[in-house]
Amino acid sequence: MIGASRYRIVLALLSAVTAALFVLSLVTGPAGIGFSDALASLYSGGDQGAGLIMREIRLPRAILGLMIGITLGLSGAALQGYLRNPLAEPGLLGISASASLGAVIAIYTGFSAVFPLGLPLAALAGSVVAVLVVQAMAGARGGALTVILAGVAVSSFAAAMTSLALNLSPNPFAALEIMFWMLGSLTDRSMTHVWLAGPFMVLGWAMLAALGRPLDALTLGEDAAASMGVNLRLVQFLAVFGAAASVGAATAVAGAIGFIGLVAPHLLRPLVGSLPSRLLPASALGGACLLLSADILTRIIAPDKDLKIGVLTAIIGAPFFVWLVYRMRRKLL
Amino acid sequence: MTLLSVSDLRVSLGGKPVLHGLSFVLREGEFVGLIGPNGAGKSTLLRASLGLLPSEGAVTIAGRPSTAISARQRALHVAYLPQEREIGWPVSVETLVSLGRTARKRGFAGLDATDRARIGEAMARMEITDFRRRAASELSGGEKARVLIARALAQDAPLLLADEPTAGLDPAHQIALMSLFSELAAEGRGVVASLHDLGLAARWCSRLILVDRGVIVADGAPKDVLTAERLRTVYGIDAHLGETEDGGMLVVPLDVVRR
Repeated sequence: MIGASRYRIVLALLSAVTAALFVLSLVTGPAGIGFSDALASLYSGGDQGAGLIMREIRLPRAILGLMIGITLGLSGAALQGYLRNPLAEPGLLGISASASLGAVIAIYTGFSAVFPLGLPLAALAGSVVAVLVVQAMAGARGGALTVILAGVAVSSFAAAMTSLALNLSPNPFAALEIMFWMLGSLTDRSMTHVWLAGPFMVLGWAMLAALGRPLDALTLGEDAAASMGVNLRLVQFLAVFGAAASVGAATAVAGAIGFIGLVAPHLLRPLVGSLPSRLLPASALGGACLLLSADILTRIIAPDKDLKIGVLTAIIGAPFFVWLVYRMRRKLL
Repeated sequence: MTLLSVSDLRVSLGGKPVLHGLSFVLREGEFVGLIGPNGAGKSTLLRASLGLLPSEGAVTIAGRPSTAISARQRALHVAYLPQEREIGWPVSVETLVSLGRTARKRGFAGLDATDRARIGEAMARMEITDFRRRAASELSGGEKARVLIARALAQDAPLLLADEPTAGLDPAHQIALMSLFSELAAEGRGVVASLHDLGLAARWCSRLILVDRGVIVADGAPKDVLTAERLRTVYGIDAHLGETEDGGMLVVPLDVVRR
């Protein structure tokens, strides 16, 4: 096929940048540990000071940044390919909003205070409910449009219920906690969070990665793809549940982080010849680059303010969205 | 051999019956023109034959019930060209044509020499080789149509179902396409194309199936199907029916029948 060598170069470059950003994320932080000391103490096994900070604070943060970035980039590319809609993103299926609702319920009821893993588990449960509702509404034969509409409906309902919880919150601290959680953050996550969310994310990746060839065929529309041997029911199942498992788990441990799933595929599509199967790995790596950079930036810009990563991605992402709409409009004219 | 056999096919769309029990058999070497007025059920017939719509009745593809074969196996026997010319992403023309090989590829396998040869042939037949590196979504309507037909040809299936393949093509490319379809039939394949140009249908097809309001009104050789009386009752037109110098059939619609 055309441009196969250029495609390999793009993937190699993205992998290198991702690896570099992962290391940079490990050595960035308020503790001010030197570059070589930081990496050395990761392996030294020491229980005090640097080793503890590296293994208990920075390593889980960097790993989650990498995995959640991959999740957002991959699911964004898969959903845009499946729905053949350039504005599709993981939040569109109502997964992020419902996971947030689950988390909010856990905070609101005090469940998360009693049981530390209550919050991520409730968030995961929220995303499972959302995806079951979307799948039921769209039906087995449902096309891309019904999936979008069902997702929008679920999203709106979950957002409304979250607002209700905020509205009725008995104490201002719970409301503040809910607000902060919804902004999304990778601060103070532990390896427990990695072990909790990791398996779901990997499962989701495996389902989404299997979509490459069917998504290419879907470029020609659903009827043509079906006539070319694509099992549309299986594709819908893999796309919806793969996105739900990975994005639900990501949201459960880090809150709702917007725009990366929307932006990463758009940035990389021209570099891979627009072919959906090639965009999947490229966008996964691109998402990891974006999220790791954003997480490093939050620590550099305001080290003592705990700037939320979701706020930063939205500040950078929203203008990009404007530019995207502008460019699309110009193409249509 | 029988490529496609449809018996008592019934389809309802949105609770409204659209096809009322259609039956026909398609053999190797036939180039069938599917004709009929707008809304007669031509596209529905093509889609239901492929199993893209829920239907009642029996459809047999290459001797096996269509319900018993997977989408992938079906794609090896039947290629389909939808009426909507959808190209979702600005992929290159060559990449788009190569999608026709989808059903023959497993996992992450790339294209082999046979695939490349079929893709090259399909592009050459549709005269799109010159712009194979351009983005398919930026081509003109007629060029897009040729690229999408090339994709269906690259699938290399014994049977091709094409929904209004000549729409948007200039006269030279319309004739070239009809001639290509009859070549495919001569090679032993089967082609079913829904058509609105009765002149093209009469001249190039070996057999015509005339559909009106969800039933087959006539099925046979063009000169038996296209009679002045049928054109009046089914299409509501008066037409000049004649013969060309080489003995082919000539149909020129003249005017709408005043009722």
